[in-house]
Amino acid sequence: MTLRLRTADPPTDSEAVDDPSKDRALRVDGVSKVYGPAGSHHFALDHISLEARRGEFVCLVGASGCGKTTLLNLIAGLDRPGGGTIEVDGKPALMFQDAALFPWLTVGSNVELALKLAGVPRGQRRSQALELLSRVQLDGVAGKRPHELSGGMRQRAALARALAQRTTVLLMDEPFGALDAITRDLLHDELEHVWQQSRPTVVFVTHNVREAVRLGDRVLVLSSRPGRVVAEFPVRIDRPRRLESPEVAGLAGEITERLREEVRRHADDRHPGD
Amino acid sequence: MPTTDIPATDTTDANRDLAGIDALDFPVAPAPSALSRLWAAAWPKLAAIAIALLGWQIIVWLHLKPDYVLPGPRPVFKVLWHQLANGDLVKAMGVTMRRAAVGYALSILIGTAIGLAVARSRVARAAVGSLITGLQTMPTIAWFPFAILLFGLSETAITFVVVLGAAPAIANGVVAGVDHTPPILLRAGRVLGARGLSAYRHVILPAALPGFVAGLKQGWAFAWRSLMAGELLVIIAKRPSLGVKLQLARDNSDAPGLLAAMVLILVIGIVIDSLVFGRLDRAIRSRWGLIDAAA
Repeated sequence: MTLRLRTADPPTDSEAVDDPSKDRALRVDGVSKVYGPAGSHHFALDHISLEARRGEFVCLVGASGCGKTTLLNLIAGLDRPGGGTIEVDGKPALMFQDAALFPWLTVGSNVELALKLAGVPRGQRRSQALELLSRVQLDGVAGKRPHELSGGMRQRAALARALAQRTTVLLMDEPFGALDAITRDLLHDELEHVWQQSRPTVVFVTHNVREAVRLGDRVLVLSSRPGRVVAEFPVRIDRPRRLESPEVAGLAGEITERLREEVRRHADDRHPGD
Repeated sequence: MPTTDIPATDTTDANRDLAGIDALDFPVAPAPSALSRLWAAAWPKLAAIAIALLGWQIIVWLHLKPDYVLPGPRPVFKVLWHQLANGDLVKAMGVTMRRAAVGYALSILIGTAIGLAVARSRVARAAVGSLITGLQTMPTIAWFPFAILLFGLSETAITFVVVLGAAPAIANGVVAGVDHTPPILLRAGRVLGARGLSAYRHVILPAALPGFVAGLKQGWAFAWRSLMAGELLVIIAKRPSLGVKLQLARDNSDAPGLLAAMVLILVIGIVIDSLVFGRLDRAIRSRWGLIDAAA
């Protein structure tokens, strides 16, 4: 496949011991981000640290105010951290809750533009765009306008566009948050399938704990105000998983309990506007 | 292997599920035919014209003013037809339309350049941003005495004022279009690697297109108005224009001739607005999905 993302070979034990950084696609170390004027500022992120191995699917769950969008913006290079370091393999792709396709281009041209900006020669763009759309089961819609597609199809087109960036790290900011339950369920299968084919490193942010367990190799729980990683749950459930399976539900229950603890800590907070 | 008794969907099944839900998302109602759409767009306009003409005729029937001051639609259209047929009005229209074309084309060039400069540079915005709106609020007819002093009774004087009238509206359209680029699209563009000039080319300028077209439309209205004012004030010998027609008809107390020229001026303005800008605007909105399918 011409667009194959860099695949991580399964690391041997000795390699992992010798040089752990070799196997690492993403490292966030002690990153802080402050908003607001001096004096009344607050930490959106406070010394947050996390790592992702090559080809790993990491899910971040947190309540409102955990700074997850800020974190993804920092990793994507859209914003600068106030402190700490971020190391990423290459230039990451970022998907939003909104597909954010350009409305003046057809779906195919949206993907082609990503290829163009990634430096793919003109002659190859058309065929590669069609191939990418086909990978997310969007054959035959290349000539349509984004508004003609359903929300789920638009998100798949956005996924094709993200894959067109040929990056090794894919950041997803609640990409299925605005979709209906049936479509979301189908897109979980689709995303997992695409991920298994080309093995990008995925950092997936969501409010939905079950979704995190359904998809992730690892689930990190973020605290709110300021955002920090407060717990980590490896997901040792065989794939393919189902959202409604008892294992997924069981682990999701555990994580939700931990998340609730985090939310309860803020019960006595005054309203920020007071 | 799935570890539960809930069957895991295999890939083919999943793809069939997706195909099914995609199919359900596409509309099944056929689009209306071209003829029925044309009729739907035309009859309200025809009805409005009929009501306006009827109102005019009723006022004439009331005899509020004598017939030689306020003639009814019938004598006016008779004169209009006659003058179009003998080439009198056609010649005047030619002169006026050429001035409109030259002035408007210059306005687009200048307005777009200024608009882009203001949208792109903080300094330019601080310097002339509010001045543009100020210029727009100034009645263009107030520029004519100065323009005549500068350029005499010439084509240049007319073009000068037409550009002063239309260019600020076009510049404002560009600025508004750029300013209203949705931030999510800017972020998406930056993630894809569109920064600096590349962001302008691939994201900001295409996103600004609706604002630009709105500016062009408004600019045309200003240009047409300024031109008519100019033709009343700047009368150049042996060059009949629609403005000159108006002035001559008034001097000769030729009410039907005057109203005929006014009807023509109104019709030209409306036709250009709906044929050029109406279509442009509709084409963009339908491409972007900004037209409510139920409407």
